[in-house]
Amino acid sequence: MQSLTFNQKLGRFILNWILLMLVWLMFTSTLFWQEVLVGAVVSMLLSLASIRIFTCCDFSILRPDRIFWMIWYFFVFIKALVVANFDVARRVISPSLPINPGIVKFKTKLKTNYSKMVLANSITLTPGTLSVDVVGDTFYIHWIDVETTDPEEAFKIIAEPFEKILLKIF
Amino acid sequence: MSIMDIIGGILLIIGSTFLFLGGLGIFRMPDVFNRLQAGTKATTLGGMSLVLGVGFLQPDWIWKSLIIIIFIAYSNPISSHALARATYRRGHYPYIKSEDKENMDAYQEVVPHTKEKEDKA
Repeated sequence: MQSLTFNQKLGRFILNWILLMLVWLMFTSTLFWQEVLVGAVVSMLLSLASIRIFTCCDFSILRPDRIFWMIWYFFVFIKALVVANFDVARRVISPSLPINPGIVKFKTKLKTNYSKMVLANSITLTPGTLSVDVVGDTFYIHWIDVETTDPEEAFKIIAEPFEKILLKIF
Repeated sequence: MSIMDIIGGILLIIGSTFLFLGGLGIFRMPDVFNRLQAGTKATTLGGMSLVLGVGFLQPDWIWKSLIIIIFIAYSNPISSHALARATYRRGHYPYIKSEDKENMDAYQEVVPHTKEKEDKA
C-alpha cells in the first residue's frame, strides 16, 4: 500500500463517508432527523475504520469527464449483461449444447487493483466469459466458446471495449 | 391495475424466466466452470429484474431494491471467481471439447496439473 498524504486521506475519508451515508439513506428511505444522525455517526466510524482497505479514490474521481465515462461505462455494461444472458439462454436451450470451453489468457494495461477488479467483474458478466484468476497483469478467462487462444486476439474480443473506458476513468 | 403494476409484473416474469434458464444451465452443462457460467450470468440479470420488479410493485421499497441490485452486481461475479479458482486449485480441471487440449487451458502455467485425468464432475 502506497503511503498517502493527509489531503488524500481526508478526501478518501469524506468521499467514503458520503457514499456510506447515501447507502444508509436509501436503506432507511426517510429523512427523520434521528435516523439521519445515527446514520452519519455510523458511516463516519465505518469510513474511518476502512480508510486503508475499501477506498479507491479521492475527489479527483469526480471530475466531469470521468463521471461522463462512468455513465457511459454503465450503459456499455448493461448492454453486455443483457447480451450475455440471451447468449447463455441460447446455449442452454439448444439441444446440441453448442459449447467449446477452454481457458485463455491476456494481459491488461490497467495499473490499480481497483480497476482490475472492475474489469474482471465486468468480464465475468459479459457473453461467454468467466474470470478465473488475475495474476499481476495477466487475466485467466474461462471461455465457453473459444474463438482464439492467442492472447492478443482474445484481449481484443473480450476486454478491449471495457478497458478503453476504464483507462479514461482511473 | 396501474402502469407500475404492469411494469413490475413484466420484470418479475423476465426475472423468473432467466432464473429458470440458469437452473436448466446448471443441470445441462458438463463441468463446474460451464455451470458457473450459466449460473452467474442468468442469476445476475434474473435476480436484478426480480428485485427491481418488487421495487416497482411496492414503490416504498424502490431505494432498497436499488441497493440490493448494486450488491448483486458486485458480489455475484466475485463469488463465481472465487468458486472457479478454488475448483481449479483443488484439482478439477475444465472439460475441453476440442482436439487441441494443451493450448486450450492457459491457466495450467500458474497451477500445474497434478492429476492425470480431467475431471468431469
